[in-house]
Amino acid sequence: MTEDQSQKLRIAVVEKDRERALMIIDGLRAAGDHDVTVIGDETGLARALSNLNPDVVLIDLENPQRDMLEALTVASSPLERPVAIFVDRSDHTATRAAIEAGVSAYVVDGLRKERIKPVIDAAIARFHHLSRMRAELAATKAALAERKTIDRAKGLLMKARGISEEEAYTLLRRTAMDQGRKIGDVADALVTAAELLK
Amino acid sequence: MSGPRLKCGFIPLVDSAPVVVAHEIGFAAEEGLDLILSQEATWATLRDKLALGLLDAAHMLAPIPVATSMGLGKMPARLDALLVLSVNGTVIGVSRALAAKLHKIGAPADFASAEDIGRALIAVSDRKMRFGVPFPFSMQVELLHYWLSALGLDASQNWELRVAPPPQMADAMATGEIDAFCVGEPWGSIAVERGVASLILPGAAVWRFAPEKVLAVRHDWAEGEAEIAERLIRALWRAAKWLGNPANRVTTAEILAREEYLDVAPEVIDRALSGRMTVTPDGGERWTENFIRFYDGAATFPWRSQAVWIATQLANRTGVDPAEAARIARACFRADLHRKALSAIGADLPGASEKLEGALDRRSPVASSTGEMYLGPDCFFDGRIFDPSDI
Repeated sequence: MTEDQSQKLRIAVVEKDRERALMIIDGLRAAGDHDVTVIGDETGLARALSNLNPDVVLIDLENPQRDMLEALTVASSPLERPVAIFVDRSDHTATRAAIEAGVSAYVVDGLRKERIKPVIDAAIARFHHLSRMRAELAATKAALAERKTIDRAKGLLMKARGISEEEAYTLLRRTAMDQGRKIGDVADALVTAAELLK
Repeated sequence: MSGPRLKCGFIPLVDSAPVVVAHEIGFAAEEGLDLILSQEATWATLRDKLALGLLDAAHMLAPIPVATSMGLGKMPARLDALLVLSVNGTVIGVSRALAAKLHKIGAPADFASAEDIGRALIAVSDRKMRFGVPFPFSMQVELLHYWLSALGLDASQNWELRVAPPPQMADAMATGEIDAFCVGEPWGSIAVERGVASLILPGAAVWRFAPEKVLAVRHDWAEGEAEIAERLIRALWRAAKWLGNPANRVTTAEILAREEYLDVAPEVIDRALSGRMTVTPDGGERWTENFIRFYDGAATFPWRSQAVWIATQLANRTGVDPAEAARIARACFRADLHRKALSAIGADLPGASEKLEGALDRRSPVASSTGEMYLGPDCFFDGRIFDPSDI
């Protein structure tokens, strides 16, 4: 295969979440002018990839479809050829950086490293950003859920024992400290128990 | 803890028990190892992280280190198997629609007759069957190929593979993406619990002694850190021995059930551990001897003949030279390190590192270091015998 440096690379991004997909495409602009296609529907992934015939596939490391992609690298019988011959053409350090950032790149065999590198680098930067956002979102959600549970537990205590909100909170906190548990866990246990006693 | 810190990846499955037990019951600590467990989402991620040094060791499908060392898959690398973590422990299940058809023609429901149920399955399927498997390099794929091709089914004509991580097999069945599956427990039982599948065979009915998971490390690491590798082998061997004691079954199920491991009810996990499987959504039970093995019958020993069997199957399908594949596979299953690590503590070890695969139809005595070892049964359902010296 002869390679023309100026020729656009065909890049497939496997991502269900539209927002995330758009952010990845945006990030890839830094790597040059390439044809980027998002595959959002994962049920027909094998067929979509075989139609698209991409040079590079970018996929979230946690995406369960990764194991399916792997199947495209092997033939199902000696008479058949694999759907695509994907290998990792970026160097070891770059691949490691990509995995740490949470992205896996499947690169079609025969492409030169120099052509792939800017794409991988851009993907790494973008996925770092995305995983930080995901971690922040998860932390915020968890904090909100815990506050809701604590509020419900406080309400239960106020009603059952005729105490003020502040006293209810103090009671929860003291119990948590005495038992070496988190206040959210104590509140959660109380709410669950109260539901069972209804 | 001051000892070397080792990060070990695993996929949530009943057969991750040896690594979990080595950590939880303290066998790793006894060897002065700080074993950190890291749950991974997919087999590909687990392999990549191991190959790139983000993990030191991994609970891995036995064919992955062989295939990866042969250069198959996305990330070619030399990976070694230090010991076999589990033997058998998989199930073959079918959709409710297929189960109803099998019932109608009076197919055997004994959860044991691989040949009869296989022929019945062929008789009732009116289109290309889609089998769900966890990974292209897996014992599940090898067992299906062996079983179906022995029954005359052609892989490209009559059936095809669909890959899904084990915890998602029930979903794939529920949405109709697959007609059948071969998967490690508890995920077959979970599909039964959800009412979307019936189990027709244990993997052990196809091959009575199939190496299912191994502990894999990088070849360079095994060479460079041989002393730590030996400690790791001893820790996991002791975990396997502990798991082989039926008195520890309930504890095992309770530990594995925890959120950080399988996050599945202990009762469902216990089915595989006890071999008492619930095979139909309406509660039909079947018992299988040796449903899963961790210790008995030299289960931990990485037989080079097992590696050659895997490599030969892979080579025949992918067009790789079988002799070259066998050479790579022999080097990949580290019977040498295993022997060295365990002879230091007086463990009973087999005299040979290769054997005929499939030659024992019952439990049989073999030559060993203390002369008290029993192997087998290890026969294939069709009675064929695999001689690694033929390759």
